[in-house]
Amino acid sequence: MPDQLIEFLQQLINGLAQGSIYALIALGYTLVFGVLRFINFAHGDVFMLGAFAGLYTAPKLLALCGGGPSFPGAAAVLVVAMFICAALGILIEKLCYRPLRGRPHLTVLITAIGVSLFLENAGQYVFGADPQSFPEIITDRALEIPETWGALSSLTITVGQLLVFGVTFFLLLGLRAIVLHTRTGMAMRALSFNPVAASLMGVNTDVVISFTFGLGSALAGAAGILTSIQQPSIDPLMGVNIGLKAFVAAVLGGIGNIPGAALGGILIGVLEALVVGYINPTYRDAIVFAVLILILLIKPSGLLGKPEREKV
Amino acid sequence: MIRQLLLTVFLGWPAFELLQAQDEIPVGEYASLTGGSASFGQSAHKGTELAIAEINANGGVLGKKLKLITEDDQSQAGQPATIVRKLISQDKVVAVLGEVASSKSLEAAPICQQNKIPMITPASTNPKVTEVGDYIFRVCFIDPFQGTVMAKFARSKGWKKIAVLTDVKQDYSVGLGEFFVKDFTANGGEIVRDQKYSTGDKDFKPQLTSIKAAKPEAVFIPGYYAEVALIAKQARLLGIKVPLLGGDGWVGDSLLKVAGNSLDGSFFSCHFSADDQSPKTRDFVAKFKAKYGEIPDDMAALGYDSALILAEAIKRTGTTDPEKLRDAIAATKDHDGITGKITLDSARNASKPAVILTVGNGGFQFVETVAP
Amino acid sequence: MLERTKILLLAAVLASAAISFFAGSINPYYYDILISIGINIILATSLNLVNGYTGQFSLGHAGFMAAGAYGSAWLTLAFGYALGTSVAGTTALFVFALTAGGLIAALAGLAVGVPSLRLRGDYLAIVTLGFNEIIKSVIQNAEPLGAQRGLGGMVAHTNFFWTFALAALTVYVVLNLVHSTYGSGFLAVRDDEIAAEAMGINTTKYKVLAFVIGAFFAGVAGGLYAHFKQFIHPEGFNFLRSMDIVVMVILGGMGSTIGVCIAAVLLTILPEGLRALAHLPWLPDWLRPIAENRMILYSLLLIILMITRPQGLFGTLGWKRKKA
Repeated sequence: MPDQLIEFLQQLINGLAQGSIYALIALGYTLVFGVLRFINFAHGDVFMLGAFAGLYTAPKLLALCGGGPSFPGAAAVLVVAMFICAALGILIEKLCYRPLRGRPHLTVLITAIGVSLFLENAGQYVFGADPQSFPEIITDRALEIPETWGALSSLTITVGQLLVFGVTFFLLLGLRAIVLHTRTGMAMRALSFNPVAASLMGVNTDVVISFTFGLGSALAGAAGILTSIQQPSIDPLMGVNIGLKAFVAAVLGGIGNIPGAALGGILIGVLEALVVGYINPTYRDAIVFAVLILILLIKPSGLLGKPEREKV
Repeated sequence: MIRQLLLTVFLGWPAFELLQAQDEIPVGEYASLTGGSASFGQSAHKGTELAIAEINANGGVLGKKLKLITEDDQSQAGQPATIVRKLISQDKVVAVLGEVASSKSLEAAPICQQNKIPMITPASTNPKVTEVGDYIFRVCFIDPFQGTVMAKFARSKGWKKIAVLTDVKQDYSVGLGEFFVKDFTANGGEIVRDQKYSTGDKDFKPQLTSIKAAKPEAVFIPGYYAEVALIAKQARLLGIKVPLLGGDGWVGDSLLKVAGNSLDGSFFSCHFSADDQSPKTRDFVAKFKAKYGEIPDDMAALGYDSALILAEAIKRTGTTDPEKLRDAIAATKDHDGITGKITLDSARNASKPAVILTVGNGGFQFVETVAP
Repeated sequence: MLERTKILLLAAVLASAAISFFAGSINPYYYDILISIGINIILATSLNLVNGYTGQFSLGHAGFMAAGAYGSAWLTLAFGYALGTSVAGTTALFVFALTAGGLIAALAGLAVGVPSLRLRGDYLAIVTLGFNEIIKSVIQNAEPLGAQRGLGGMVAHTNFFWTFALAALTVYVVLNLVHSTYGSGFLAVRDDEIAAEAMGINTTKYKVLAFVIGAFFAGVAGGLYAHFKQFIHPEGFNFLRSMDIVVMVILGGMGSTIGVCIAAVLLTILPEGLRALAHLPWLPDWLRPIAENRMILYSLLLIILMITRPQGLFGTLGWKRKKA
């Protein structure tokens, strides 16, 4: 197999891994948008808080699981971080967004920006602006691909990357199960179709909205831990860039559309890897924005979304 | 109510300052104490503070104590100009110390020059800084020198094919990379891959994949510690085993904490080695540790040296008159600093050796000194 | 427009000319703050036209400022020599550079405004943010503009007169626009875009116009800024800078020009006051992070304002709807 093909495959793997992270975060955006028709600017910062939650809880959790990096330890950190982020998401919704239900859209948008900036800057104060080292909860190393696979053996997949694939896939299935096969999921779908009708049918709007926020935030928290395993340097501003790209991913796939968010995430991840590897890393961020502008011009409802008619 | 309180404080402050002016010599410092560059700013500030405290403990200068007035530019462009104006016109400082980041020094230097107040930057390595005018000095070497130092080192190791990975968002990184490439290729070396990244990036696998494919003998990464640590980790994961090379931007608290042992066997140039066994260095490290509870890095050492050079100049000229002070600073020769023997050349840059360190055993080890 | 307002603005222009003569004796630090106030007034007023009156949430105003700053700086650096040092020559060059900078920014505004036509609030905000990043990217890759080194060496043409005269001009233009039929068009777009379209109002025209004019003045402000700080760097025009201006508009009350001006003054003085505060040794510890990092304060301000008083401080002041 020619060297270029190997290089391409490697970039593809890199892109898929990064894309899965985007997908997890994009799901949070899409869930909240589906139910509340608003973009939670602060979502990227929940991702950051998940990473920091991991930073602080990891030592104790790892000790509980026998000390040192291990599978159960990592799983524990992941689950705990998801819970913490879910709680944070619900708290933010209750404190900052609920009082604004029914207010003009712009008001909520500005509040969301305020929350995001607050989390980032308070984070800089509390955690310090310098990057911190994320503890090793699982040993990330490159997997040995057997020589019998021929040229493919020069590819590198890391344990971290495999974990990302696995956990993302598993979480996606779980999400699908919740949304399609549980009553709360049904309530979420009902709310996203028609909030008034849903509440008339007995859906407790507040609880469902809280649940949605919690769910989306938990996914962001998972993304935070998975990222920190591969890139063990965390800082309070780590959510800004990733949050923005995940948002673009959600829009690309069709905001409000769950499979769309996953698809969008993967696409953006792969696109980024290819642009950086083959064209010019300086355009890494610009290309993502360009995609956003293009999709909004050509098909605003996204790849998998259905055009929404605005009723007057 | 708050507005009134703020205005009172804001307007009353100058009066307060004036009352203290008599038996003290005000020295201004502007640094990034908060924000993205806080790590460097805080280090340099601590070094400067230690120096001033020491000088005052030994009786001060010209019979008066030095008063260090520090302002935080919060790592934001636009702020250095404002706060340097404040230091000069409000606090009436006799000289200004700062900044670490060249872009901030470039912003403040014209103001110091126009107001004829000497400015000494501890660590800005962009050649343009001192070109602003004859009141602007620096106590560190400049990028052209640092780039060639590493190129020479690479050649001395017999490496002929090197890949370069620069941070396009940082002029420092781009500058260092350019000078390295120029010197390396002029002497027969080959740059097999020239990749780029941006400050704040976390994932470098695409660039590293490309570099790996080019099979270099070493990789030159003249960036800052936050990204370098991640780059090193990911490079090792991807199977890049060759040594990594870098510059003084590598020096930072979290470098080894994040990189673990993925930087072992790598080399970088900087201004100062904390495990230099000379009595002067050992003394400095001990004092710094006693005061701040941490080992000083080269920003701290440079901050220390810049303050001392200023104090020496004031002592030598016996006055704080700006013109005479400027001339005295320019005449600094063989000042025995923590970061080496410092002589200010005619371009007001420090002519002094660079130190090359290697990484291993959880710390840095001294390799060699490279003279200009 | 009210005669009273016109007279006030004219008086402001004359006063600034007079004060300019004595500018040499003002403490340079205070002078710095005053010029910054003037520049921020221009920025806030121009953003208010887009965000406040036309209801288009733009988060990328610093990008237009950058376009104007770099455009005008490049021109004065390139042609400064040719025109010598005569007062007439340098003034003419400066005015030309400012105008050119504004026009370049206006072009950028056009580029942002056109795609934005089909976008609603949230998307528009992100797209404007994206454009801000793109403009920054372009500058960072442009060697003649100093790329990531920054661009310096500009002559300090900006003085008290230019700053406040242009601030008065900006306020005049915006108020004039808003009190004209164009103003009704802007407000119609803000209040209910679909209804406006249904009534035959060309919402496209008004949206683009708001962006272009807003961008133009942001570019002028950028030019003033460049020739005041004498060194500009792409990072100085990032999202945080845009947010600084957005906070002014929101605090002042979107749609109230006078409110926005007052907010601009307040929020320029505030960081300096905080700086002085940070020095006080008796400052309680819980206040310290706010004194050291104004963004914490700003973000809290935004949240609290939106929950308690979304119309800002002066949202009801200064704006009188034309009676039918």
